[in-house]
Amino acid sequence: MKLNMVQALNQALMEEMEKNSDVVILGEDVGVDGGVFRVTDGLREKFGPERVIDTPLAESAIIGAAIGMAVYGLRPIAEIQFMGFVYEAYHQIVDHAARLRNRTRGRYFVPMVIRMPYGAGVKALEHHSESTEAIFCHIPGLKVVVPATPRDARGLLISAVRDDDPVIFLEPKRLYRAGKQEIPDEREVIPLGKAKIQREGEDITLIAWGAMVPVAEAAAEQVEKKGIFPEVIDLRTLSPMDSAAVVDSVKKTGRALIVHEAPRTCGLGAEIAARIGEKALLHLQAPVLRVTGQDITVPLAKSEHYYYPSPERVIFAINKIMEW
Amino acid sequence: MPVSPETKNMFRILDDEGRVIEKKDPGLSRSQLENIYLSMITTRLVDIKSLKLQRQGRLGTFAQSLGHEACQVGSALALKKEDWFFPYFRDLGAYITLGLPLELYFVYWMGNEMGMSIPSELNIFPLAVPVASQIPHAVGAAMAAKIRGDKSVFLTTFGDGATSEGDFHEALNFAGVYKTPNVFVCFNNQYAISLPRDKQTASKTLAEKAEAYGFPGKLVDGNDVLAMYVTTKQALDKARKGGGPSMIEAFTYRMSDHTTSDDATKYRSEEETKIWEKKDPVLRFKKYLQNKAIWDNQFEERITQKANENIEKAVKQAEAMPPPKIEDLFVFTYKKMPSHLKEQIDELKIFLKEKK
Repeated sequence: MKLNMVQALNQALMEEMEKNSDVVILGEDVGVDGGVFRVTDGLREKFGPERVIDTPLAESAIIGAAIGMAVYGLRPIAEIQFMGFVYEAYHQIVDHAARLRNRTRGRYFVPMVIRMPYGAGVKALEHHSESTEAIFCHIPGLKVVVPATPRDARGLLISAVRDDDPVIFLEPKRLYRAGKQEIPDEREVIPLGKAKIQREGEDITLIAWGAMVPVAEAAAEQVEKKGIFPEVIDLRTLSPMDSAAVVDSVKKTGRALIVHEAPRTCGLGAEIAARIGEKALLHLQAPVLRVTGQDITVPLAKSEHYYYPSPERVIFAINKIMEW
Repeated sequence: MPVSPETKNMFRILDDEGRVIEKKDPGLSRSQLENIYLSMITTRLVDIKSLKLQRQGRLGTFAQSLGHEACQVGSALALKKEDWFFPYFRDLGAYITLGLPLELYFVYWMGNEMGMSIPSELNIFPLAVPVASQIPHAVGAAMAAKIRGDKSVFLTTFGDGATSEGDFHEALNFAGVYKTPNVFVCFNNQYAISLPRDKQTASKTLAEKAEAYGFPGKLVDGNDVLAMYVTTKQALDKARKGGGPSMIEAFTYRMSDHTTSDDATKYRSEEETKIWEKKDPVLRFKKYLQNKAIWDNQFEERITQKANENIEKAVKQAEAMPPPKIEDLFVFTYKKMPSHLKEQIDELKIFLKEKK
């Protein structure tokens, strides 16, 4: 079947809800409306209002209640309508979801997924363009997952729902309807914690995730015409990170460029660069560079292009590294 | 501390002298009454013992329960085995009443996570330190039970300060909307650390906040263990029958500092604390038992001795518990340990070995 990312996510939810009656969905407008992006479309009709729960507008209670459900034995999937609104629930995620297993020495754990659309590049309203994955990767006990293709979206979401730890599942809304991809008819489970070599190459490693994967890909395609062959890694799981995939690739290419749309300072690029420094320093032929959002509030539509990494900015940085 | 005139109408079974008001005695058996007294005395003595251990450096900072014995024991007593309990950080009496092994309490406040490894036969949540943050968990668990068709009910406790937190309002709103089997018990002990009750909210009572979420709230004398038990039981029974949530405001007083790091003389008058000493919940229940000819010096000695024996045994067990191993600190972060944590364990071990 050929699906876009929204349809692929919907497919995954449908499949997991059919398979396991403990899987429930809760969030704002997820039921009757099918979600503002239609990711949960049709699920309430199929599984009923008890399993697809329209909640009052209260992010902290959505996550807090989901924690209670998870501890009781369900597998809740909570939707936060936009990443810009998750901060209202951040304390529930950090203070409880992430640490209940540890603080009860394994008596309680929180098998829950928090889905949320993230990212800029769609000329959205204020608070609708955030990409603050680093503040979740910083928290021990959380897993953070970002798909870049419809096929990965479905396979990774299935894994996230079955995982016994809380998973922050970030959906690049710029790629929601960016194109359809052939997806296997049978259920495909893509494991968390494994990066994907999106494109093989030997001159430089480009590390990206989510909506930056096609940006890195487009840049790679361009520079290949000039004889530079980048290897593109789609991290897919940001935490716990598949550092081995990154380090192995950098050992081969000797160069690394990290592309993320989040602001640069304390962004995940810093962590990746540090790990490369710790494990592959003597293989490096040039400094590790980053193409990122600026350290400013995400601009509104008129100026978004200054902020958002483009293939051209990636090519500019690749050339800089290659000429080092 | 100005006392709201509403307290004149609060629900009580015992007056300050332990006399039963208007034939409201619930008629508990002698052994039930003895158990209540044992739980209250144990709570009081554990608190006193903990303070001593803390001052000797054998136990860390902890939140004292002095003065809360009636509301803690009375509310927890109404729970059945299949029910769930979500406490805040000041609910020693409930842990004792529900049968949490006492040594775990000491282990926790001595600074070892093993203290919150709650035995699997008890549906008790670990105490929540971030104020009000446990209330949504109780509501979510209750929603889950409803989805599964279970008959369990869900009790959660919190202080007066919690009623200002967003989580309190969000959770009560959910409970009202989904008509969940929850009972919310607020221990209004008149202070949130230093902030007095009248600066916490302009509401006349805390109980009335429940009305805004579409369910009843009841103001109860929190120093009357029988009133607390009877009211909580009624609310739990109602929830069990599908009648939806209730809130209980237990009107009480924190007779101690907030924690062992606090000094309440900075914000409370001696005159005020003296008034409340006369309302001591343990004393009041003792008088009730005396009026019933259950309590005498011999009874007191027997109960106190039993409590002290349990406490000494628990402290011994807690202090004999070996400190956590390095692996223990890492192994519960995820179900399966990721490679970066294994690396950090190795790094730490190499450092510890080589610094010697």
